Amino acid sequence: MKQSIRIASGQGFWGDLQSAPVDQVRNGPIDYMMLDYLAEVTMSILQKQKMRDPKLGYAKDIVPLFANILPDIVSNDIRVITNGGGANPMACRDAIFAVADKLGIKKLKIGVVLGDDILDRLDPLSKQGIGFENMETKVALSSIRSQVISANVYFGAAPIVEALKQGAQIVITGRTTDTGLTLAPMMYEFGWQADDWNKLAAGTVAGHILECGGQASGGNFSAGWRSVPDMAHIGFPIAEAHPDGRVIITKHNKTGGRVSTATVKEQLVYEIGNPKEYITPDCIADFTSIRLKDAGINRVEVSEVRGFPATDTYKVSMSYFDGYTAFGTLTYAWPDALEKASKADEILRIRLSDLGGNYEEIRTEFLGYNSCFGPLSQHSESMNEVVLRVGVRSRDQNAVEQFSSSIAPLILTGPPTATGFAGGRPKPREVIAYWPALIPKSAVAPQVVVEAR
Amino acid sequence: MKIQLVQIAHARSGDKGDTGNVGVIALRSIYYPILVKYLTVERVKQHFSGICLGDVERYELPNLEALNFLLHKSLGGGGTRSLKNDAQGKTLSSVMLRMEIEISESIKL
Repeated sequence: MKQSIRIASGQGFWGDLQSAPVDQVRNGPIDYMMLDYLAEVTMSILQKQKMRDPKLGYAKDIVPLFANILPDIVSNDIRVITNGGGANPMACRDAIFAVADKLGIKKLKIGVVLGDDILDRLDPLSKQGIGFENMETKVALSSIRSQVISANVYFGAAPIVEALKQGAQIVITGRTTDTGLTLAPMMYEFGWQADDWNKLAAGTVAGHILECGGQASGGNFSAGWRSVPDMAHIGFPIAEAHPDGRVIITKHNKTGGRVSTATVKEQLVYEIGNPKEYITPDCIADFTSIRLKDAGINRVEVSEVRGFPATDTYKVSMSYFDGYTAFGTLTYAWPDALEKASKADEILRIRLSDLGGNYEEIRTEFLGYNSCFGPLSQHSESMNEVVLRVGVRSRDQNAVEQFSSSIAPLILTGPPTATGFAGGRPKPREVIAYWPALIPKSAVAPQVVVEAR
Repeated sequence: MKIQLVQIAHARSGDKGDTGNVGVIALRSIYYPILVKYLTVERVKQHFSGICLGDVERYELPNLEALNFLLHKSLGGGGTRSLKNDAQGKTLSSVMLRMEIEISESIKL
């Protein structure tokens, strides 16, 4: 057994810094790299792409990325784990095989995790008595069933471990938890069992630290952001994992950013609920047990994590069509910038009312004044400029189009000094909303396919 | 003495559906008991009135010298439905750190 492995974070979301995974592979030694591409609504976008073209539906950034780094990965024997397969992991695999072929790389072994997509099985599963009620609102699925676009089960680390056992150098999954991407190589390398709850929790905590990329290594850091070195070349975090569950969070030398107890703490409290019950398919981690220790420059030790048995359900993430939306913005200049923007909003609402469209919601915010602080905002007469931002949401596409065509006229038929309309009419877009639910683990099974070409 | 939270804490915020989460972390160990004592659910709810339209939950992480707050119904419906500029609650941390609290302790800032 190896005494430690280095797992690098390469992407924190789809659209993250493109140079980060390249730097992780080239700037120092790593054994694994995890690439997280999936946010809550990403699956719906990918599902729609797959409907239009059965060869699409995965994070397309992966193709140019692998064209760039595949030779390094192969020659340095780095294993890459990603959920960027999205709604179409097989197509993603084939695209990477095609890249390998072009580069003359032979016998590349790629593993794919399938079975998370339950869109076609929703009705039979419902008939079996699985309610899929919304975890947050407790509303029954039947209220939006006809509008569902995608339905995916969040698998954990287990199927990835299976793919690694079968020798996959690259593992591509669909909807897998972000934390599972980091936990899996630890389970595989150190032989952790599915009921080693403390160790699984330790790997899960490491996964939580890695899953947002640079946010653990000095990005979006509120305790002294000015002092973070060379943010332009920020080094993404690396977890040095040990068989006993101890993990050192660090980054490559000669990269920017910073890893300190403070940067790691900020990431640990990011998007958590009850810290005693951080629930994943693999275990329940107790974030109040985590011990952080300064372990040198850009090194933080994470230890003593406690874990508890996993629940008997998986989370399901569904997306559904929920009407149309559009946003319009106009900038107003001193004097009386806020007063003029408010008047423009009033005029806009009268005109929309005259046109007779129905809106679920019309929201007005004044950027530079109150979009972050709401009622706590303090107005200053000397305000140089303010951006009027109006958003609408409606079941009726026509109503949203009426809104879109009512913004520009305000420039010449409203209060003075409106500008910043270079982008043309705001484009109505579909609202794809998110529906979280639960499913018994016994109702679904992940499948693992490993193949060499 | 009157202090502003930004003088003794740092913070990060994010979203889960229509719920915002704000993690507040003491800048020095000696400040953590002050966070525990003064950042009550009631005080936070009052501070966020007009922004947080639902309940406030508070959790303690003494190991990280941090508190985690859940602010329900704070994101205009949340996710893709929200019409807010900050639909993901990224700046709720700033709102939190702007809070002024009157403390009976005398601390060196």
